[in-house]
Amino acid sequence: MKRFGKLDRRHFVQLATVAAGAAVLPSAAFAGKIKVAGIYTQPIQQKWDARLHLACDAAAKAGKIDYKFSEKVANTDYVRVLREYAESGVQLIVGEAFGISKEARKVADDYPNVAFLMGDPFKPHGKNFAVFDNYIHEPCFLMGMIAGSMTKSNKIGMVGGYPIGEVNRLFHAFMNGALSVNPKVQFKVNFIGSWYDPPKAKEAAFAQVETGVDILYAERAGVVDAAREKGILAFGNVNDMNKEENGKDVVVTSALWHMESAINNAIDEVAAGKFKAANYKEWTMMAKGGATLAPYYEFDGKISADIKAKVAALQADIMAGKHTVEINDKQPKSTF
Amino acid sequence: MDWLELFISAGFWAAMLRIAAPLIFGTIGELVCERAGVLNLGIEGIMTMGAMTGWMWVFQGGSLWGGVMFAAFVGAMFGLLHAIFVVHLGLSQHVSGIGITLLASSLSYFVFRMILPDSTTPPKITPFQPINIPGLSDLPFFGEAFFSHTPLTYLALAIIPVAIYCIYRTPVGRAVRMAGENPVALEAQGIDVLHIRTGAVMVGSALMAIGGAYLTISAFDAFFFGMINGRGWICIALVIFASWKPGRALFGALLFAGLDAFQVRAQQLAGGAIPYQFFLMLPYLLSIGAMIVISKSMRYPKALLVPFRRGDRI
Repeated sequence: MKRFGKLDRRHFVQLATVAAGAAVLPSAAFAGKIKVAGIYTQPIQQKWDARLHLACDAAAKAGKIDYKFSEKVANTDYVRVLREYAESGVQLIVGEAFGISKEARKVADDYPNVAFLMGDPFKPHGKNFAVFDNYIHEPCFLMGMIAGSMTKSNKIGMVGGYPIGEVNRLFHAFMNGALSVNPKVQFKVNFIGSWYDPPKAKEAAFAQVETGVDILYAERAGVVDAAREKGILAFGNVNDMNKEENGKDVVVTSALWHMESAINNAIDEVAAGKFKAANYKEWTMMAKGGATLAPYYEFDGKISADIKAKVAALQADIMAGKHTVEINDKQPKSTF
Repeated sequence: MDWLELFISAGFWAAMLRIAAPLIFGTIGELVCERAGVLNLGIEGIMTMGAMTGWMWVFQGGSLWGGVMFAAFVGAMFGLLHAIFVVHLGLSQHVSGIGITLLASSLSYFVFRMILPDSTTPPKITPFQPINIPGLSDLPFFGEAFFSHTPLTYLALAIIPVAIYCIYRTPVGRAVRMAGENPVALEAQGIDVLHIRTGAVMVGSALMAIGGAYLTISAFDAFFFGMINGRGWICIALVIFASWKPGRALFGALLFAGLDAFQVRAQQLAGGAIPYQFFLMLPYLLSIGAMIVISKSMRYPKALLVPFRRGDRI
């Protein structure tokens, strides 16, 4: 990352002159592209951060923003990188403050002119620290309905990383969705204690299949591969696992998370000078385009028309705000 | 009782072998290094490098076995680097090992991203498939448990007798053991201690890299940063558990893997009041317990961690 050199007096005078000149210039000369920085704790190939990166990248390609990013920034380095970007004159910072909620808020207090849109489980802060989290439980509920209709053994397996709120609410929504169409369904739940250990996730899925599970909910990478090897079906999470994780003929559909509308909203607010420290929760939900159900692809003909109609009807209700899917952040447990 | 039923399911035993295989490669690799007197803490990084290079070879159109060979070659090169520092220059084995781990794991992701800069999900290859052994694979229980594995899993099991034979029954093996016990005596025999140690570290590192490659071209079909997930460190502990004996290393790896396969299954039993973290902890907890029990009979190579400088007086 570029660092500022030491500022001696002569350079300071030069800079001050330039800055004063810039202040006099009509601001229209600088209007146009908003400067946005993304700071991610994982490489951008990690699917959670990838959703943020793709949204920012799309805005940059559309010519709306100047976008820079730093990836794989450990929490211990995060505050430093946050300050460096804030100092460098970016107007909007998109990132994640999960392990450093307090510290990130302090940085936001120190840079009141920079807008922060951070992944964070707590409340927005001050005037410039907006928070988001992924609430894709609605498409998970819809997937659960399809899964409940497709299971023959009435046993569904679910493999997750850690039982935190973001994961638990998806599990519960999926389970409730399945139970809403098929009250006989039972569930196996495993957590692998890692965000990326596909061999381990695969072993957990294999163990579930041994107990008679014939549908898997793939919260983590590796589960789809287990489903393919055992010749059963799976449902995806966050990204389109049918296309992106080699899930042809295995992944029925996926609950997709889209950050485009949230990030575009933040960009527009910054451009208009009206950025608010809001909770972007609903921007990651279906009504505002933050979550969708992936296409059925080759499974289009294999899901019963009845269920497809039910899913479409409920989806319309959710979009119209007529139906609320319950958010349950408690740790899910196996039921058989 | 549910818990006991787990042990009579074929799936449990199959899972045990699958989980143990990368650990066997890593543990035998580390064991060979340490038998020659060199601690190789580069294992975690070398496994990551093996995982990346083996996968990349296949992704670029190479064969699966070619990927294994390439991973082994790259692993050996990192072993050579470690050997230059600790064998030839006599530097701290701990510091160099940690350095190799940091370098190799970061470099592997750096290279991966240089070749594949896209921000989408890591791409996939077609990994080793389970092979069907006529007659054996169709046996009830045993077929599913022991004869439904990928070739690389069988290779892991085959490594053990080969390692035992080489270490205890060949002149090279004797030289390696002497380099770890009494390098001065080895030197007096007219054998170059530095060469023996360098060779042992390179061979050991090649095995570690194959263990890493196992994860990306047999257990799974993609590479991503951090996917070794501490398996290298487990191998270090298993070497101590095995008291530097390859046969016991196999036992240790199988025990650890068996506990892991068990915890996955025990965790998902319904109505459990025990938090899932306890089950995740179980293999580590019991391994530590076992280590405490066997520590009395432990015999470590006498010249482990001691650099050999020709002509030095002892």
